Amino acid sequence: MISEQAKQRMRDLAARYPVARSAVMPALYVAQEEEGYITREGLQAVAEAVGITVDDVESVATFYTMYHQRPPGKKVIKVCTSISCYLRNCDALVEHLEERLGIKRGETSADGNYTLLTAECLASCGTAPVLQVNGEFVENVTLERADALIDRLDKELKAEVRMP
Amino acid sequence: MPELIVTKNIDVPGIDTLEVYRQYGGYEALAKALREYQPDEIVELVKQSGLRGRGGAGFPTGMKWSFLAKNDKPRYLCCNCDESEPGTFKDRMLMEKIPHRLIEGVLITCYACRVSTAFIYVRGELELAGRQVERAVQEAYAAGLIGKNIMGSDFSVDVIVHHGAGAYICGEESALMESLEGRRGYPRLKPPFPAVIGLYGGPTVINNCETLCTLPAILQNGGEWYASFGTEKSKGTRVFCLSGHVKKPGNYELPLGTPLRTLIYDEQYGGGILNDRQLKAIIPGGSSTFLLGADKVDTPLDFESIAAAGSMLGSGGVIVLNEDTCIVGAVLRSVEFYRDESCGKCTPCREGTYWMSEILERLEHGHGREKDIDLLLDICDNISGKSFCPLGDAATSLVTSGIRLFREEFEYHVEHGHCMVGAGRTHPEIESAAGASLHAGAR
Repeated sequence: MISEQAKQRMRDLAARYPVARSAVMPALYVAQEEEGYITREGLQAVAEAVGITVDDVESVATFYTMYHQRPPGKKVIKVCTSISCYLRNCDALVEHLEERLGIKRGETSADGNYTLLTAECLASCGTAPVLQVNGEFVENVTLERADALIDRLDKELKAEVRMP
Repeated sequence: MPELIVTKNIDVPGIDTLEVYRQYGGYEALAKALREYQPDEIVELVKQSGLRGRGGAGFPTGMKWSFLAKNDKPRYLCCNCDESEPGTFKDRMLMEKIPHRLIEGVLITCYACRVSTAFIYVRGELELAGRQVERAVQEAYAAGLIGKNIMGSDFSVDVIVHHGAGAYICGEESALMESLEGRRGYPRLKPPFPAVIGLYGGPTVINNCETLCTLPAILQNGGEWYASFGTEKSKGTRVFCLSGHVKKPGNYELPLGTPLRTLIYDEQYGGGILNDRQLKAIIPGGSSTFLLGADKVDTPLDFESIAAAGSMLGSGGVIVLNEDTCIVGAVLRSVEFYRDESCGKCTPCREGTYWMSEILERLEHGHGREKDIDLLLDICDNISGKSFCPLGDAATSLVTSGIRLFREEFEYHVEHGHCMVGAGRTHPEIESAAGASLHAGAR
């Protein structure tokens, strides 16, 4: 559901730009914050706030990779696989995480806890290989550090279940 | 240590806050600009400094500003912080650590170019950088440094931070404007250039993050001072992003003209090749630039010398490849990037990057044919110069230079079905050895 408060934020964004249409990307982020991914209702709300058609909003939402078209896992792990990380053997890291999480790149675990993605150069080549968990960087990732990270995330997820 | 300009004081605790930034002389350059200069005089000062764009193309900044169409339409500044060229990680550092330097540069540029609305386009994936810039903009608004009648002058400006959402193409200036206007990031045909018809149809100046971060120091110390660093045609310093097979990867600010060898081998910088292996090749300016062989290691890092050596200084992303690197594998990985990031608008780029990755894939995995090597070059020829924007051209750089310098490796793949050097993905036993170097390489 898109709350009235979120709709107001979208309208405020539309007013902030010289042309309302420019707010379509930030408004889509608001929609995604509300529902975890881009739904029909989210597209509709953005269209109303910005003053363009739903199809037009969808054409933008499907161009940019950071707008989720499906519900993502609670922890979205993006591993950089571009050239500098490749030279520091990110492929072994991706394979290790696939094994550890029991999912392939691009997939979400059945319990909805993890989504494993590969990403294009994340601008952290000096600390390769690198990954992001929900947008936050984890740098100089060895296989051991990757395991320790997943252990920590598992604990966080368990704590969330206990204290919703 | 040579003098630091862009990265000066970057490690001072709290320099990301307005208070500490001001303690270290922050916004004094803006005050000086407003107090002592007419806008056009700043354009002249920047021309005199010799500053060239740090995004990739290296176009003289002052000249770019002077091209702005003189009409009564509103003018805009777009600061390009959509850093995503593989091998480049300087703008992210500047935004995270010293966002007010960027904002001061934005404000000086707005004053010089008579712009009243500026946009800072931050790459979506760089969430911390985006938060830092946004917070700094809010601090500056609250302190009266952005808004109406800045520092008591009649100069007013509005600054909007816009977050990208995952599209390399939006680092291309016309795609960036499309994105800002709320559309898919498809490049526009040029001309008209943004300086004439840009954002919302108004004259628009588009500058890279590092370029704008250089301006406060030029205002404070003068154009001649800045021009005293670097070479005759490549003035000043630049943040070189060193990555790949070196002992100490990282960002190093050095005067233009510093030899590649110094950056890679000097103990203060790269510290030599990882695990003391031999140098094989260098990608000197991000993955869109041509590969240089190890024999070019004494080339000075300036626009002219790198061009004379057969490549481009590009974004300043220096990627080092050691002797164990399979060139076919590395080129494949790079082409996959351009295949995934091609916006799909122009057929040569969209289809060409796809077919190049298919062919490189079969070469890499031992199903290649002799004629594939020339077929790759033929595809490159059919992409280059035949698309709206430079992404297609960029995709061909490592393919053509990789084949030119290391053709025998491609032929070996055809003949033997695997690579002639260590890090090949087709060898399970070497894969585990490469896995071991993951631990050795990471700090």
